[in-house]
Amino acid sequence: MNHSDKKNPMPTQEPSVRAKNFDEVALGYTEEQARSEAERCLNCKHKPCRGGCPVGIDIPEFIGKVAAGDYEAAYEVISRSSSLAAVCGRVCPQETQCESKCVRGIKGEPVAIGRLERFVADRHNAYGGGKTVAVKSNGHKVAVVGSGPAGLSCAGELCSRGYEVTVFEALHTAGGVLVYGIPEFRLPKKIVADRIDDLKARGVKFETNTVVGRTVLADELFADGFEAVFIGSGAGLPNFMKMKGEDLKGVYSANEFLTRVNLMKAYRKDAATPIKNSRSVAVVGGGNVAMDAARCALRLGAENVTIVYRRSADELPARKEEVEHAMEEGVKFMFLTAPVEVLGDEHKNAVALRCQRMELGAPDASGRRRPVPVADSEFDIEADCVIVAIGTSPNPLIKDTTPGISVNARGCIIVDERGMTTREMVYAGGDAVTGAATVILAMGAGKDAAARIDEAIKNKSAQ
Amino acid sequence: MYKILKRTPLNPTVTRIEVYAPRVAAKVEPGQFVILRVDAEGERIPLTVADCDRSRGTVTLIFQIVGATTKKLDMLAEGDCICDLVGPLGRPTELDGLKKVAVVGGGVGCAIALPVAKKLCALGAEVHSVVGFRNKDLVILEDEFRAASKEFRLMTDDGSAGEKGLVTAALESMIEAGNRYDEVIAIGPLVMMKFVCKLTEKYGIKTVVSMNPIMIDGTGMCGGCRLTVGGEMKFACVDGPDFDGHKVDFDEAMERGRMYAEFERKAYDEQCNLFNKQAEKRA
Repeated sequence: MNHSDKKNPMPTQEPSVRAKNFDEVALGYTEEQARSEAERCLNCKHKPCRGGCPVGIDIPEFIGKVAAGDYEAAYEVISRSSSLAAVCGRVCPQETQCESKCVRGIKGEPVAIGRLERFVADRHNAYGGGKTVAVKSNGHKVAVVGSGPAGLSCAGELCSRGYEVTVFEALHTAGGVLVYGIPEFRLPKKIVADRIDDLKARGVKFETNTVVGRTVLADELFADGFEAVFIGSGAGLPNFMKMKGEDLKGVYSANEFLTRVNLMKAYRKDAATPIKNSRSVAVVGGGNVAMDAARCALRLGAENVTIVYRRSADELPARKEEVEHAMEEGVKFMFLTAPVEVLGDEHKNAVALRCQRMELGAPDASGRRRPVPVADSEFDIEADCVIVAIGTSPNPLIKDTTPGISVNARGCIIVDERGMTTREMVYAGGDAVTGAATVILAMGAGKDAAARIDEAIKNKSAQ
Repeated sequence: MYKILKRTPLNPTVTRIEVYAPRVAAKVEPGQFVILRVDAEGERIPLTVADCDRSRGTVTLIFQIVGATTKKLDMLAEGDCICDLVGPLGRPTELDGLKKVAVVGGGVGCAIALPVAKKLCALGAEVHSVVGFRNKDLVILEDEFRAASKEFRLMTDDGSAGEKGLVTAALESMIEAGNRYDEVIAIGPLVMMKFVCKLTEKYGIKTVVSMNPIMIDGTGMCGGCRLTVGGEMKFACVDGPDFDGHKVDFDEAMERGRMYAEFERKAYDEQCNLFNKQAEKRA
């Protein structure tokens, strides 16, 4: 038993070094660090942490295996509930999920569940990733739309159940937000690629460069013999502020900025895709995407990077670790500040962001105190680049081209308790249903939908 | 991979390629575009589809060598493959119900205007075409346009082919001659489309333009292709690429189009140097 009140610290690259490269920031536990951290787990009978996990991983069980040095068994425990352990160990907001329920957290820091999950997954992958077993086909075909967390987990689960799965991806590389959105320094792309290669080895087909709703329609997939369609197309449509000056050169949606940097590798000197060289970057928003954009901007060589957030530090929706890392690296935070307008020069280049001070008023629908503008508090900050990271909405393309699918007022696809849309045998899950949320929720939704699809197809076949 | 089955230089800077892409060929309509990456390290560029052959499963792309990527694309030979090609993207040009239309094409924009003229012709509409080029060496698709048009005007800046003058002059004379067009469809450089719209606004003729801004994904994800149309933000990739030309803020679009001009010039020079070195080696 390890009685320390504190987590074993995560080895990381030095802030001053990593702020100049795109290599992974957190380096991962060593075996000793992992085992000693695992020994902090009290192995509570009622397992509160498990209740905090959106997919219900048996956390004490896997941690027990780590403490015992049986890492492969630990991996198997996680795999029962999650197909993306290496990803979720890195990107889950553990502090609001599993770790928030940890009993050790009452009088100190909780057990570092996320770090242990990552250790287990990395160890498994480093030792060959186990055996890939191709499952015998049951002769039924299912189409998965989108290759992000929801699509990958749905495809993996269906494949394990014997289905012939084809994943359709609009971009040229599979992985969805895991490859275009989350930067290399937080989630190395090799981890995603390995996961996809594993699915391919198990027989899942990937068709990139295929936009469902344009290249093929959902109806045509049914005509092609697919018996069910799972829509995991995410929430990819960027929201803008609708403020003056958003058309100026140097103003990006976070989606565009991150896609240029991550998917198109604009950070490399030899990249074919350009990105603006900026001196002063203002990032609007306080979520993980805002942190990612700010930290990418810093790594691209910006001298000043400022997060502009209309609420206070306590309300930042980003993962705690990302906020800390961003601060260590030199990202500045301007809280209780809201942008009003982007100012430009005569050539329509952005030069400054006009902001106003905010104060917190009465709680709004989200339960957080609503920021209200302070009168006559406008001021300008220098910004030759402004990145708008205030959220995304689901893409309407599939809804518009698939008769029978309904969406709510926010454009999110409506599903019933089985994960089925208003159209028979068309299922949906992940951000396309919930609006922008987390990797783990999307993964869980994909996996659940796979089980429902399996059930429905079996029922049909039995009839 | 998407194989180039046929490659035809149309003039020193414009090339036509026929690419095997059966899924795109099966669906594409005039006005829609594809996004391609020449190779695995390449950038994504949008190109509007000039033609398709559904039975052969091919799409025809006509592109002008304007930067590093189009230079690289131009270096591919018949039998070579394009790494990625996705489409059809954007909304097709709306042509239903049109009886008499003036189609105006400028430069390589004629490659996109032609399928529109052909489709209109096939739908039984009366098509009057005006095409404009800098000089006679750059003229493309003249015969094809003539075949699809009841009236045809070829304009060059220097008068070395057809008439000397701008497309707007020809269009104005056609309108002044008493032609009553249901619609004008203008496809070409932004500045040309802007002045066509200024002209037709005067006559109150509905005018549709095809916008081709910088974009990455082409599915509404990046927002880089945003335009201001009638005071509202629109994404060219999903809301367009066709828009009511009288509502488009062309000046803004022109500025945004220059966002990476410096980078593009440098990349183009490097690509040309590379090309020259390879040519030297072969020689």
